[in-house]
Amino acid sequence: MEKKKINPVATAFGALGRDLKELGLTFAEGDWKTRLSAVIFGFGPLMRGQIAKGLAFLSCEIGFILYMVFVGWKYLSKFGTLGTVETTKSRRVTVYGDNSFLILLFGLLTIILIVFLILVWRMNMRENRDEELILRKGGHLPSNRKVLGSLLDSNFDKTLLALPVTGIFVFTVLPILFMICVAFTNYDKTHQAPTNLFTWVGLANFRELFSFGSTGFGKTFMAVLLWTLVWAFFATFLDYFLGMAVAILINRKGIKFKKLWRTILVITIAVPQFVSLLYVYKMFANDGLVNGYLLKWGLIKSAIPFWTDPMLARITIIVVNIWIGIPYMMLIATGLLMNIPEELYESARIDGATPLQMFRSITLPYMLFVTGPFLLTQFTGNLNNFNVIYLLTKGQPQSMKLAGNAGQTDLLVTWLYKMTVNDTNYKMAAVIGIMVFVVTAVISLIVYNMLPSVRDEGGFQ
Amino acid sequence: MVEKKTASMKRKRAIGNAVTYLVLILMSVIWLFPFFGLIMQSFRSYDKAVEYGGMVDYIIPKHFSLDNYKFLFSGETNFLLWYRNTLIIAVCVAILQTIVILCVSYALSRMRFKGRTFLMRFWLVLGMFPGFLTMICLYFLLKQFGLTQAGAVPGLILISVASSGMGYYVCKGYFDTIPASLDEAARIDGASRARIFFVMTIPLSKPIVIYTALVAFMAPWCDYVFASYVAFGYDKSYNVAVALQRWIWTNDYQGYFTRFCAGGILIAIPVTILFMFLQKYYVEGVTGGAVKG
Repeated sequence: MEKKKINPVATAFGALGRDLKELGLTFAEGDWKTRLSAVIFGFGPLMRGQIAKGLAFLSCEIGFILYMVFVGWKYLSKFGTLGTVETTKSRRVTVYGDNSFLILLFGLLTIILIVFLILVWRMNMRENRDEELILRKGGHLPSNRKVLGSLLDSNFDKTLLALPVTGIFVFTVLPILFMICVAFTNYDKTHQAPTNLFTWVGLANFRELFSFGSTGFGKTFMAVLLWTLVWAFFATFLDYFLGMAVAILINRKGIKFKKLWRTILVITIAVPQFVSLLYVYKMFANDGLVNGYLLKWGLIKSAIPFWTDPMLARITIIVVNIWIGIPYMMLIATGLLMNIPEELYESARIDGATPLQMFRSITLPYMLFVTGPFLLTQFTGNLNNFNVIYLLTKGQPQSMKLAGNAGQTDLLVTWLYKMTVNDTNYKMAAVIGIMVFVVTAVISLIVYNMLPSVRDEGGFQ
Repeated sequence: MVEKKTASMKRKRAIGNAVTYLVLILMSVIWLFPFFGLIMQSFRSYDKAVEYGGMVDYIIPKHFSLDNYKFLFSGETNFLLWYRNTLIIAVCVAILQTIVILCVSYALSRMRFKGRTFLMRFWLVLGMFPGFLTMICLYFLLKQFGLTQAGAVPGLILISVASSGMGYYVCKGYFDTIPASLDEAARIDGASRARIFFVMTIPLSKPIVIYTALVAFMAPWCDYVFASYVAFGYDKSYNVAVALQRWIWTNDYQGYFTRFCAGGILIAIPVTILFMFLQKYYVEGVTGGAVKG
């Protein structure tokens, strides 16, 4: 099982070297059509009758030039400063200056498009080379109809992925890159585009996040991060084990109406969370049903502060989350438990094992093995579980000890949300977002390499 | 001796079953109680002459009334409009998102092309960024196309569908279990990839198509974050989650709590019924997804 060690850097440079060599050959051995293609994209294919491919390359180039002339250059040239001309008011007329937001966004887009154009250029040169090689061997180039037809056959992946990849690029990749850049600027309440400019500030925001002075974000960040991790841990593992336990209970021999029990529990998945969670929030409120009945029955003297006491609020959130999480895990566990061969239990029973022993040495190892990756995704999902926290407490109770308007039950994501919406503190929101990414990525990497199903495929036999 | 042993085992089992039933009944009560409360309180009038519409310490209303439901349908609020908005978003997202996910899953499962593993890794890393991080940027992008405030409904559909390609895991996992030899046989018979996809793969994947559509349909009913941000301040573009959330956070004496309950019931019933009908497919989807990770 000794794996050959591969050095990714060396491989990348090797590939680059081969590519450059091929590019050199394209020029050295190519005819004038190929060489002219380096300037006019798709010229070679067009001259050789490959209208479809040629036009595609040519339109890329024309589109890029038009974009650069009318939009791209204007913004890219100011990318280094994010604008210098302030918006001013003279005689009641607003004279708009630079808009830092647009400069940052379109500057980024332009940089990406330039990289993209270089890739297209390379494809264009390779196409020329391939065509020349085929012609030199005396072969025939495929007809235009065939080229287009391949989009439904051998190149069907390009047709299928074109729209989704574009959508993800515009609505996920570009915004994420934009926000990563914002983390290195001073874009906040007092630097709102388009009225005010904002500019690059280097690592200042990260320094603020880790400054533990009286005004710094350091303490708050640590407190919120700690609660986020504690929450994710309990939300994941409590649900996991309790859900499994319920599945085992319902699966027991001799229990009737199995389907009914499952259906009753599954109702929390079916009902939209904002209805059920908001109702539960009201139920546990100081003047809610639970406190109301407890007071009426004389069990307590004053209302239990389920949501206003920090510690109690956290516990309540975790308990309510069990209510939502158990059914989900139960569904998964029910299916998986049936896969465990019955003979294993039979032989264990003959050896005189107690149910607990059987659970510990048969059921649990199997479940952990099979659901390892699932547990990991559950954990990272819970790190970012916005709905449960926000619908139940909105991150409250508020605390004077915490900076940036964070509440005692805020997760990193709900804190990020509040900063964006309530405080318009975009720079710190961006920094927090990056930290969430770092935490998620680090945990995923560490746990993923520890998973038994990854280390040892097919280990459970 | 043997008989005695089985008798004691039998008794043990009977006790165990009794305890199990007790636990299950107790759990059922806990699980159903909030919904019971929700239904009961939706029948409590908000009219001060009849009963109090805020928080009370009893569950069964003293006078059953349909005031809350009448209020919702009366046109005093835009409830029907919010409902329609959400329904439109949910149906469109369910259809379009399913198409996108099917396309991506087929390409990643069946075709081997340059950059395939890179694409999958790249999307995996992208998924580790929190979704709300990009909110302000998305808002700006939508605003450029006039898809905020008054145009929030198509705007929300657009952002839900645009990035949905990254959620291909469960569906691709299912496609991977369809034998590749079927594809090869069809290709030998001269069918193109596109034909195989439409005529063979999709009909074979009915459970996963339903699962994908169901999950996509249910999400918009809970969408608060983007919906409130994109429709900011424009009442007519709200979805139910944003609109009813406002009612819960009003002052208690205004009596919007029971109206929230009634609205919640009207939203929960159709969604719940749909879910219960398609439960089988849902279970298949989540179980398959969990095992493959």
